[in-house]
Amino acid sequence: MRYDVAVIGGGVIGCAIARELSRYRLRAVVIERDCEVGLGTSKANSGIIHAGHHGAEGTLKGELEWRGNQMWDALADDLHFGFKRIGDLTCAFDEDQRATLRQIMQQGKRRGVPGLELWGPERIRREEPHLSHDIVEALYAPTAGVVNPYEACFMLGESAVRNGVDLALEHTVTNIRRSEKGFDIDASVGDDATPTLIKARFVVDAAGLHADAIADMVDAGGFRIRARKGEEYLLDKRLVGYVKRVVFPCPTPTSKGILVIPTYDGTLMVGPTATWADKGDLTTTAEGSAEVFAGARKLAPGISEKDCIAEFAGLRAVSDTEEFVLGPSRVAGFVLAAGMQSPALTAAPAVATVVLDALRDDGLELVAKDDFEPGVPAPVRFAELSTAEQRSLVARDPAYARLVCRCEIVTEGEVRDAIDRGARTLDGIKFRTRAGMGRCQGGFCTWGCMELLHERLGIPLTAVTKRGGDSWVAMERLEGTA
Amino acid sequence: MITPKPAHLQPRYDVVVVGGGPAGLAAAVGARESGAERVLVIDREPEAGGILQQCIHPGFGLHHFGEELTGPEYAQRAIEQTIERDVDVLSSAYVLDVAADRRLKVTSRDHGIAILDAGAVVLAMGARERTRAAIRIPGERPAGVMTAGFAQKLVNLGGLLPGRRAVILGSGDIGLIMARRLVLEGVEVEGVYELMPHANGLNRNIVQCLHDYDIPLHLSTTVVHIDGRERVERVTVAPVDDSFRPNMAQARDIPCDTLLVSIGLIPDNELAHRLGLRLDPVTTGPVVTSTMETTRDGVFACGNVVHIHDLVDYVSEESTLAGRGAGAYATGTPSVPDNVRLTPGENVRYCVPPTITTDREHTVYMRVTKPMAPCTLHLGDVYKRPLRYVFPGEMVTLKVRPRFLEGFHGGSLPVSIVPREEGGSA
Amino acid sequence: MSEVHRDDTHVSHYLCIGCPLGCRLEVEEEDGEIVEIRGQSCKRGEVFARQEHTDPRRVVTTTVAVDGGRWPRLPVKTAGDVPKGAVVDVCRLLHGLRLEAPVAIGQLIAADALGTGVDVVASRDLPRK
Repeated sequence: MRYDVAVIGGGVIGCAIARELSRYRLRAVVIERDCEVGLGTSKANSGIIHAGHHGAEGTLKGELEWRGNQMWDALADDLHFGFKRIGDLTCAFDEDQRATLRQIMQQGKRRGVPGLELWGPERIRREEPHLSHDIVEALYAPTAGVVNPYEACFMLGESAVRNGVDLALEHTVTNIRRSEKGFDIDASVGDDATPTLIKARFVVDAAGLHADAIADMVDAGGFRIRARKGEEYLLDKRLVGYVKRVVFPCPTPTSKGILVIPTYDGTLMVGPTATWADKGDLTTTAEGSAEVFAGARKLAPGISEKDCIAEFAGLRAVSDTEEFVLGPSRVAGFVLAAGMQSPALTAAPAVATVVLDALRDDGLELVAKDDFEPGVPAPVRFAELSTAEQRSLVARDPAYARLVCRCEIVTEGEVRDAIDRGARTLDGIKFRTRAGMGRCQGGFCTWGCMELLHERLGIPLTAVTKRGGDSWVAMERLEGTA
Repeated sequence: MITPKPAHLQPRYDVVVVGGGPAGLAAAVGARESGAERVLVIDREPEAGGILQQCIHPGFGLHHFGEELTGPEYAQRAIEQTIERDVDVLSSAYVLDVAADRRLKVTSRDHGIAILDAGAVVLAMGARERTRAAIRIPGERPAGVMTAGFAQKLVNLGGLLPGRRAVILGSGDIGLIMARRLVLEGVEVEGVYELMPHANGLNRNIVQCLHDYDIPLHLSTTVVHIDGRERVERVTVAPVDDSFRPNMAQARDIPCDTLLVSIGLIPDNELAHRLGLRLDPVTTGPVVTSTMETTRDGVFACGNVVHIHDLVDYVSEESTLAGRGAGAYATGTPSVPDNVRLTPGENVRYCVPPTITTDREHTVYMRVTKPMAPCTLHLGDVYKRPLRYVFPGEMVTLKVRPRFLEGFHGGSLPVSIVPREEGGSA
Repeated sequence: MSEVHRDDTHVSHYLCIGCPLGCRLEVEEEDGEIVEIRGQSCKRGEVFARQEHTDPRRVVTTTVAVDGGRWPRLPVKTAGDVPKGAVVDVCRLLHGLRLEAPVAIGQLIAADALGTGVDVVASRDLPRK
């Protein structure tokens, strides 16, 4: 297969780049190791669109955070993923921290971040009555938002595919060679002994935790990526509305600290921790849990472990300098989008434009398509419709009248649509529809989702997986046993 | 048996029961018995009977039907009782909302979105299982970690297996029953691990599900880590001290592909929240009166949404009462207000109902906080009864007869269970 | 049944299932005759110990394959209890069967299973899909 551009990595960065590429007359492919896009770091993410004032001046991270921040409204309008600007509060507990708040505020103002305000205890109490009374001052930033990061990733990927980009799923890049016309990429597929050859004139390295290894294949690297793990804990929807804005402690030079995050869907999430880890280490730990709940309680004392309904860990791809490794590499035609740690999600749309600029500088001709379709059809969200809308929907298609997930009110029609739009696994369904994400954690809906995957994809129930690979859920009975 | 489908939904029912498990079915029967004409049960599954349909083991029905039945047999009898009484059962349906004026919004494949008015509503949605997140077991999140109830559905209804080698966390009855079930299906069960120093399940299940198959039960031990990127590869178990802190020096790895968690049930109270019902912080279920009426007029609740029962027979008994109350309410028969409050005293976690009347007999269910034997149950100073034993895993039932309360004119009565000297008088 | 570790003195141990007290029962045997039952705190314990010691029996429940039914498996039970030693073999027998829906509750699935004199019956109706 021959392409103009191969993007290695189907996370939110790779998908944002692919969608940007799909505006132009060229052949592009996203090469992704998992069976769906977005199942790595992009899924296990805090889902915050940072306000634009936190990142230090003179850094790529700081600059792209603010540029990216401003691009999300248009993206969400086109792609219908969950996004809203709920604002954030950075909290000071003493005089030193109050000074830090002022510093961050000035930094934001110089960058042009609008609406920054300092709130005293009374205002805080009025707006966020469940926050600690020990908070002496808070910096409010209305530009902060929350997004369902997996949805954003799925929709960016879907949009790219609808506009002609190929998706090579379950393809693991094992080697890249420079060739006369660009690059020869070997990708292994499943258990096949012979790798698939993908030829591309340009390569974008958006391989997250493995971006260093990918770059080293053509000697374009010289940087190292380490994994910094973040554990997060989701709380029962009983607490929806308990805290209305993303709440940060006052940052230290090394960390943003433990936050309280009202996710797009309203349920609270607390975390993340920040500890160095192996690149495959997605474990949650007793220490992490203790740290997160202690940190969250410092901000909102009523938060309790008892309300935890799910926990997860994600791995940030951290470069040696802690800065994004972004733009041209020392190999012509090989462009880097590496070291994508926070605020990379916020910056993703801006990162994509930087990458396209680098590709253009390296000689890729970008001719806009006439028929680029920026939008994708909005997925049905039964629970969010009015009764009248639900009635007409159900009259059209009774599959929307049968409930599959009771905790999150997800119908059979929505699960079916998710499968038809690319979900191949229980996680794929969960992160597209929320089925299985609620308080019973799939106890009720897993069977229904398995049956629908079985019916729509024509696979046996025993071939249904949680997230691809060897993550099977059930096996056949052993005949003749007792 | 085919549950008859209502061809048309009425815009108004005397009583609408939310949930078609044993609680809902018994409530529907109770409602008919007390004079309600049009009674509708709304159930989310394609067939009524609730979780009993997957509980294929025996041990049900001795109290309620006078013989020992399997779960599906108990369910079938309960369904037949509703058919005999012309109760409508709407299957594959879900109640999206109940308003304070008892207007329900229901979605179902057969009838789309329907708005129904009910003279009285009975909430009988049952319970859900606690998951690994409730106790935040550290480690990875591979496939193969599942609740015992989900595994039971896979095996008994789906005809599939959850894996080849399983570890079971929690010694509740569902976990014990599944240990035997898996062994009989050829799955290796490495052991059952229980955080508490005592087993939570019935001795009958310890003997017939574990001992019969040489499955070890490890008390004061818990799962401290789960390994496996895609599918469970091993779990780590460790003994715990008196404050349930694991002793990692004695931790041990167990290779397995499946971890079943059987760590308790939680009342499923979404609709109770939506209705703004007052909930009991101990049971987490709605606060009810002696007719099982909640803090909203005409809204009743019964079964595991109110408190977690250990016998389905008691669910049926309590739910029949709730149904009768709902039926009476819907047909305009007022209930006598409760005038006695039962306040939990020593070794009593809660009483359901928490309030009763002095004019008729009441069955009061309670749970204790710690085992005690022998002991005496005191109802204030008006009544006492010797008990051979009490255990947290087994509900204590007390029939409060009007004669106990003769001369008692209302107010609070502490209920306590205190130790009794062996051989001493009660 | 319980941990049946018999030692040289011919004392067998059982956990009583009569109630949550879970009495640790001991059955002492001499020349094949029960000479003493200890540890029980009520009559039920003694009856249970004697039964478990001389002729332990169990009701068997499992599922049988069904074609064309609402579910692929039918729950079944032995109509009475069978010797404990036969439980696994009765399951093996039942797991080898294959039925056709519909099935009615109480329907005979296997008569006189393995010569125990006990029938196996369906424990629910299973209509066609």
